Amino acid sequence: MTDLLQTLLNGLAVGSLYALIALGYTMVYGILQFINFAHGDVFMIGAWSAYAVAAALGFTLAGGDPPGWAAVAVLLSSMGICAVLGFFIERFAYRPLRSAPRLNVLITAIGVSLLLQNTGQLRPVFGTQPQSMPALLPDTTLFQVAGVRVGLVDVTVVLLAVAMMVGLQWLVFRTRFGSAMRAVSHDHRIAALMGIRVDTVISFTFVVGSALAAAAGFLFAMKYSGLKQPADATWVLLGLKAFVAAVVGGIGNLQGAMLGGLLIGMVEMLGAAYLSPHLRDLYVFVLLIGVLLFRPTGIMGSTSVEKV
Amino acid sequence: MSLVAPGHPLLELQDLHVHYGAIHAIKGISLSVRQGEILTLIGSNGAGKSTTLRAISALVRASGGRILYRGHAIQGYRADQVVGMGIAHCPEGRGVFPAFTVRENLEVGAFLRKDREGIEADIETAFTRFPVLRQRARQPAGTLSGGEQQMLAISRALMCRPALLLLDEPSLGLAPQVVQTIFAIIREINRAGTTILLVEQNAHMALQVAHQACVLDVGTVVASGPAADLARSDEVKKAYLGGH
Ligand SMILES: Nc1ncnc2c1ncn2[C@@H]1O[C@H](COP(=O)(O)OP(=O)(O)OP(=O)(O)O)[C@@H](O)[C@H]1O
Ligand SMILES: [Mg+2]
Repeated sequence: MTDLLQTLLNGLAVGSLYALIALGYTMVYGILQFINFAHGDVFMIGAWSAYAVAAALGFTLAGGDPPGWAAVAVLLSSMGICAVLGFFIERFAYRPLRSAPRLNVLITAIGVSLLLQNTGQLRPVFGTQPQSMPALLPDTTLFQVAGVRVGLVDVTVVLLAVAMMVGLQWLVFRTRFGSAMRAVSHDHRIAALMGIRVDTVISFTFVVGSALAAAAGFLFAMKYSGLKQPADATWVLLGLKAFVAAVVGGIGNLQGAMLGGLLIGMVEMLGAAYLSPHLRDLYVFVLLIGVLLFRPTGIMGSTSVEKV
Repeated sequence: MSLVAPGHPLLELQDLHVHYGAIHAIKGISLSVRQGEILTLIGSNGAGKSTTLRAISALVRASGGRILYRGHAIQGYRADQVVGMGIAHCPEGRGVFPAFTVRENLEVGAFLRKDREGIEADIETAFTRFPVLRQRARQPAGTLSGGEQQMLAISRALMCRPALLLLDEPSLGLAPQVVQTIFAIIREINRAGTTILLVEQNAHMALQVAHQACVLDVGTVVASGPAADLARSDEVKKAYLGGH
């Protein structure tokens, strides 16, 4: 019982991270019908920026307890950095290819991905060494359920992720700008005929998606602290699993991305705990194949009318 | 921008050219839509009617010539800016947002407006004009019939309070009864003060409601003049009115 609860808690935490990243894949797909393969790398940059900002502010592993605002400052800086990065990626890598064949854009996305990984490895950027993220949040136990310790970090991960998803839902379905996003996702030209400035909506989509990926990166660094070097394969794999989450949920569908993220997180953790810890990546891809066999458009793909 | 007195040109095309890659779709069209009038653009499939409207609303770039609106050249502006100038384009195939409710479609049509009350009043006008839209207000537009979608598309285009309405084949694929309704509404919208550029395959109906007409054939104007004159012209009758 304790084991199962602990596993579910882990699944919930990692699933929230996948969901946050998956939202960026699905938003961009909804608006431009292409897979931004560099999105996983934006997540990596988000995690590393959190580390770099923390270090620049003087918070290190050895430095004692940081003040309460440290986590907030680091989170916001990291989101800001990635928001700007997302803006520039769209503006200079993808916009010139707006009317080019899909394949060209896809290849460009892979190029951007490699560029981010390898730029991240440069000495003045993040360097080639793995680092440990200092604990910006105290390691307090909030409560215990059936022997499972629920710590501040876990609760922060889940609550912050949920808050951002709720915020995004509100933005997309309850605001004027959200209507513009949904209109553009249906048809760029008809959206333009409504007076919507399509390029602005597309830029904004990248900005929001990248900021969410940065938040996921920050939370990842909070929870796991060990950051592999920027070009390490673990980042690629994390990004890939988040992409799988978006596909499993139904690419282009916001609720689908969140559901897919949680599902992937749970399956990965349950498999690791009860089958074999060495095959945790395998379960994710088996789930992908299973879902696509029975529902090629993903769980929420074709049934839902609301798409972004 | 200056106001245009009735009878003066609101929109003028001067030697307009449009290319789609190597395809020369519009080969030097000149026409003038006067304030307060309905001008209909008729012609067979592929004549370039939709392309002309797309050039005006900046969905495609004109490769030559001038588009004058209220006397100012407007090519080079983005499509959303053209809407802001008071030109609404109700596109071929209606283009309602299927996942949006009827009401949301109308609201997004007023995207550039901030006057909440005015927008509500205009939604009310649309519902009065097409009562079926009121019944379907909360229904996704994708579930409407073709005729209902056309009514919604026209109403949505009016939500930006345009001075000039570009209508692309509003009668396409509709039952005769619904076509009658749509044309009656077009006349009503025009009487209320909106200048209309109407693209139609149904030349018979179009020439009845329009003041002026232009016949397009493979990218050039082959006849133009008062709609009543064109309706009587033997050539137009033979080619576009099935000889009736
Ligand atoms: N996106 C495009 N790419 C290439 N050629 C195009 C494109 N759109 C239209 N054309 C060509 O331009 C010409 C004019 O097309 P357009 O759609 O303006 O005709 P139309 O008069 O509206 O015809 P219809 O009555 O069938 O709607 C046609 O020969 C068409 O094949
Ligand atoms: Mg056409």
